Amino acid sequence: MIDLEELGLDEGAHLPIKRALAAVPVGGAIEVRGRAPTLAIDLPAWCRAHGHPVTLSRSGGELRAVITRGPGRWGGAEAAGGADPDGVVERPPGRWGLAARGATVEAGGADLGFALADKRVVWADEAPRLYAQAAAAQWDPATAIPWAAPRAHPPEVEAAVVQVMTYLIENETAALIVPVRFLGQLHPHFREVMQLLAVQVADEARHIEVFTRRARLAGDRLGLSTTGGQASLATLLAEPDFAIASFLLSVLGEGTFLSLLAFLRDHAPDDATRELARLAGQDEARHVAFGLAHLARHLGEEPALRGRLAAAVERRHQALAHTAGLSEEVFDALVLLAAGGWAPAAIRRGHAAVIELARDMDAGRRQRLRRLGFSEGEAETLAALHTRNFM
Amino acid sequence: MREHILVLGAVAYDAKVVPIWEGFQRHFADHGLGFDYVLYSNYERQVEAHLAGAIDVAWNSPLAWIETVRSAGRCGRRAEAVAMRDTDRDLTSVVLVRADGPVRSVADLRGRRIAVGASDSPQATLIPLLTVAEAGLEPGRDVEVLHHEVAVGKHGDHVGGERDAVRALLAGRADAACLIDGNHLAFVREGTLPQGFAGVLVQTEPYDHCNFTVLDDHDPAAPRAMIDRFRELLLAMSYDDPAVRPLLDLEGLKAWLPGRTDRYGQLERAVDRFGTIAAWLDRVRP
Repeated sequence: MIDLEELGLDEGAHLPIKRALAAVPVGGAIEVRGRAPTLAIDLPAWCRAHGHPVTLSRSGGELRAVITRGPGRWGGAEAAGGADPDGVVERPPGRWGLAARGATVEAGGADLGFALADKRVVWADEAPRLYAQAAAAQWDPATAIPWAAPRAHPPEVEAAVVQVMTYLIENETAALIVPVRFLGQLHPHFREVMQLLAVQVADEARHIEVFTRRARLAGDRLGLSTTGGQASLATLLAEPDFAIASFLLSVLGEGTFLSLLAFLRDHAPDDATRELARLAGQDEARHVAFGLAHLARHLGEEPALRGRLAAAVERRHQALAHTAGLSEEVFDALVLLAAGGWAPAAIRRGHAAVIELARDMDAGRRQRLRRLGFSEGEAETLAALHTRNFM
Repeated sequence: MREHILVLGAVAYDAKVVPIWEGFQRHFADHGLGFDYVLYSNYERQVEAHLAGAIDVAWNSPLAWIETVRSAGRCGRRAEAVAMRDTDRDLTSVVLVRADGPVRSVADLRGRRIAVGASDSPQATLIPLLTVAEAGLEPGRDVEVLHHEVAVGKHGDHVGGERDAVRALLAGRADAACLIDGNHLAFVREGTLPQGFAGVLVQTEPYDHCNFTVLDDHDPAAPRAMIDRFRELLLAMSYDDPAVRPLLDLEGLKAWLPGRTDRYGQLERAVDRFGTIAAWLDRVRP
């Protein structure tokens, strides 16, 4: 017998009633008594709406009710895996929908049709750690970059910085759009991967902001955008396969950008450029780490994927064979940026630095390919086939 | 084509009526019963269509049930209620007054004003006014009636009339307001009615609400076997079955029950007393 005292259903009395009903099986009965003024109206109506048969009696000023528990909606409900990463299942069904991992899901839900619903394809055991790291490493573009630091370099070097920033913005826009497209297909069961990709998108949004702001520090005009550069990025946007897109974008493209951002950090003519290259490089390193981690896991379970990845690099190389690769404008801008001025000795130094950058990029690509299990020979061939546009 | 299809009529009192009957159509098709539906904007049109043989089964309000029984009866035809919702059994209506006001009994309403829903609403108008009348106060003569004519023809299926009646009580435009029992709680929860503002002056006797109505000489194109199958499939729907649960939730029930017709007496008396359907009955020629 539960005593509601003066508590009415219009004041929350359904809570103790539901609690008592939950303690008996379907078909079991509970006894309730109470003295709220409208209980005799509200209790039968509430029971009717919830499918619990009820009989009422009065005893003095008190209403007494026997409520029989009716059928509920939780018969056939199932657990959507476990909340911890070790509760991730291999193939979460689409009917789990948007439910939190570890929630109890009512049976009969619609299949929300997430195309990326295979742990083998999307998961990395490092994802929870990388997400935590990413969340902790977010920086504020307004305060993290010394925007007011003095700039003493000549106008042509500034123009070179503007050209490099223009090129970076275009590339980071592609790096923002690619994960967005897969985010919409990813089963939310893979929570940490979803979160990590979301932060990756936010990282790129921030990079686009700081590159734009840096380009406009000394003037309003941005630099040049070439058809070849855009053609190279367009092949990334068009790639429908998560593993291949991740391989091309994160491992090869963003991997190559790690070298480029380190180059900018080391040769920047001003503090703002140096700092934004450093911070963006940190973020990109996480993107590369996730790409490597989930692809390594995927390859461990499906070694044949290696052949598909190699074929994708060759296909992209052929698709881009007619394009100019890295534009002359970007190449020259990098030389001038590293030179810092027009003296022949400075130009020689800048040129040598860009040649060294290309070597560094190639070495980095080969090293990452070997980490994914490609042989030295395969790594060398594939690294050489990677787009000359860097991303 | 009709020979394989059972056609149901329903009144479109809300946009959700379409997904409801689309869902039932799929469910019946999955179980081998050809089924289609026709929507009407008001119950009178639906009853007339039923009498004319345009539909085999009518999803009727209690007032439409009485309209069908009486108009069919005039030419020797008989109506039958084949099934109903569990949530349509043993409803009551209440007359609310201000908890701290002067009205303590039905007799105190004399010379005052009572707010009701649409004039064709069994739950928000006809049955509670009958209760007041049978307690000795004739509506319109001893107590002024403030109607809220929301969606007339839909027999009070639209909740707006009841909500307006409660608002009239809150605003002091009326001394009492009539509504179905479950809406007392609903109006408190949605914030229309402050908790503790209203007290129950009187509660009606229990009555039943909607049913699926068929006529005994229904169109022979839909044989009795189809109606029996329709009823059998309804009664077999289980709330434990996740495939049908969303449909039951949408239609607001836990189980379909056999139709019963012994709890429409109050409404019969109200219709007789107030002459609610007299003009319509005179106009209908089955």
